[in-house]
Amino acid sequence: MSDLLSVSGLTAGTEDKTILHDIDLGIEAGKSYVLMGPNGAGKSTLGHVIMGDPQYTVTSGTIAFEGRDITSETPDKRSLAGIYLSYQAPVEIPGVPLYSFLRTICQKRPELKMTSRQFRQRVNEVCEQLSMSTDYLTRDLNVGFSGGEKKKVEMLQLLLLQPKLAILDETDSGLDVDALSVVSRGIEAYRSTCDGALLIITHNTRILERINVDQVHVMVHGNMVSSGPSSLIDEIDREGFAKYEAMLAQKAQGELA
Amino acid sequence: MSDVEDRFAADDLSEVSRDLYDFVMPESGYERYADGLSREVVESISRKKDEPDWMLKMRLDALALYEHMDMPSNWGPSIAGLDMSNISAYVSPKTKQANSWDDVPDDIKETFERLGIPEAERDSLAGVGAQYDSEVVYHNMRDEVAKQGVIYTTVEDALKEGYEDIVHKYFGTLIKPQYHKFAALHYAVWSGGSFVYVPEGVSLDYPLQSYFRLNAAGAGQFEHTLIILEPGSYLHFIEGCSAPKYNVANLHAGAVELFVGKGAKLRYSTVENWSKNMYNLNTKRARVEEDGSIEWVSGSFGSHVSYLYPTSELVGARSNSEYTGITFAGATQDLDTGCKVILDAPDTTASVNAKSLSKSGGVSTFRSSVVVSPKADNARVSVSCASLMLDADSRSDTIPAMDVRNQTASVGHEATIGRISDETLMYLMSRGIPENEARTMVVNGFANPVSKELPLEYAVEMNNLIKLEMEGAIG
Repeated sequence: MSDLLSVSGLTAGTEDKTILHDIDLGIEAGKSYVLMGPNGAGKSTLGHVIMGDPQYTVTSGTIAFEGRDITSETPDKRSLAGIYLSYQAPVEIPGVPLYSFLRTICQKRPELKMTSRQFRQRVNEVCEQLSMSTDYLTRDLNVGFSGGEKKKVEMLQLLLLQPKLAILDETDSGLDVDALSVVSRGIEAYRSTCDGALLIITHNTRILERINVDQVHVMVHGNMVSSGPSSLIDEIDREGFAKYEAMLAQKAQGELA
Repeated sequence: MSDVEDRFAADDLSEVSRDLYDFVMPESGYERYADGLSREVVESISRKKDEPDWMLKMRLDALALYEHMDMPSNWGPSIAGLDMSNISAYVSPKTKQANSWDDVPDDIKETFERLGIPEAERDSLAGVGAQYDSEVVYHNMRDEVAKQGVIYTTVEDALKEGYEDIVHKYFGTLIKPQYHKFAALHYAVWSGGSFVYVPEGVSLDYPLQSYFRLNAAGAGQFEHTLIILEPGSYLHFIEGCSAPKYNVANLHAGAVELFVGKGAKLRYSTVENWSKNMYNLNTKRARVEEDGSIEWVSGSFGSHVSYLYPTSELVGARSNSEYTGITFAGATQDLDTGCKVILDAPDTTASVNAKSLSKSGGVSTFRSSVVVSPKADNARVSVSCASLMLDADSRSDTIPAMDVRNQTASVGHEATIGRISDETLMYLMSRGIPENEARTMVVNGFANPVSKELPLEYAVEMNNLIKLEMEGAIG
């Protein structure tokens, strides 16, 4: 079966520094993946590069989505194609009410065509799924929202847009219990309603407790070093990333020799 | 909520283009005075209006002042491109003022229909005036408002219709011809505008609106607005203005004099969209008595050069001034705008909330002046200005002046200047919004505190104007 997302030989970074080295990653439709690794491994960067963040430059390799090369497409096109990135620190946009923002991003997608009334109904439903007060809808996008509230807004968009692939950047270990439960609830609803693929970026294993993970990938120092079944999560939880750092060091030595 | 939705969902905005404002109607059959300024021109205008002798004398005195006063030369944008000898001070369509749109000549009616004025009158206004070049061509007010004793007409007609005493008492007393060179010019050649009188205790539920259209190339518009609010009354007055684009300079030097009585409240809203060959040297001033209140809401988008500082004189105890304004300077524009407040009585309060945007080499300057007199015990003032520069070619300056002569006064000022961050653009784009639209969305959000002070139609117009600017249309 061909992959929904296929990253091959991807090397990318900022102007002065290469962060990702020759990364390969395949994601099949409807499956759940976890990308783990210590702080600074480049996990978040990979998420952003898949989304097309212009602060990173791809120097070699390709990103293909549904068989189409999207390596040089802008983020808005990737979004419309069906990729979603949930941010660990979403921006605040004064003067743009959340509700009209949601309406705008849904109107960009012909497949989500709804009347004003249908849209309002749908938003109310999703708010209920997330136990989110509809009072937020008239407030400016993320302005003055707590960490947990911002998370809810990210999940709200995820559930409204129903992307084919959701990348959840949860590298921030500072997620509190509330935010954690919001994310879990959002993921469950996403998986059950649209059967989308999921790539969770984290080093916090608690977030994964309630999720059926199909495959785990481990990154160290910008390299993809290993992958395996969901049992890896418990193992990493107990033993940390030392083993994988050693693997990378060994590999580097091997290449030198 | 539907309000919010209608205003800001980007796709709900109707497709707009500069053509909405930038169309020219033929000038054939118009009465147009020779370019330049002379005693003869001034006398002709006065004769045509068949006005009292004191008004003619005031015009001629103002002309003499104008000839002796200096151009502002050591501050503000350059007005070197403005040559009065190339400006016609008076251009009039050959029509009488109508109070039914059916009686307005077709080309002029079409102009105002394209600008949505008759529609706005039907939907949401208590009265409408429409000026075309130098003369008001349409004036109408709802009967029930007239029955309350509200007068809404032109200054010319007020002089003829039995209100000469009121006009004489107030006209030119708040903005004096000596105020500056273009005030002197205004009083020499003023024509058209509005006269509004609201009796004691009368509150208008709907706004009155005057719309000013300058169609003729190389012409000046010098309308005079005189509004008198008796104690305890309330009025929302809206002025809109636009003009097609020409390659020659046009000049707008109107004067707005607002008298707010005890406990009265006046909201004065402006959406200004002159074309980018316009020198907008407009003067606005309000005097507020005890417990009275003036609210300025101002959106400045058009003109090549603007000097515009609505001024509030707070002469009564506990009187209040609020200014909420936004200025958007695009390519070829140098807009110097802001607000002046003179607090001259105890317990007076003022707030100034300004936003400025600059793009494609545009220059936007916020200039404010706050004067707290020794009489203004416990006066409270806050001034805040936020600027957003949309590229590296543009410029934004903040020039706040404070002159505080009372120890019990409290005066605060804050200013911020910023750009749209890459993170913000990335966030919006990653939700499917193209880059240009993402920028427009941020800018609309920035302008939102101002647009939400405007009636809905004007908020929509303002969003459309922002959209036009963001698309880089050079009007």
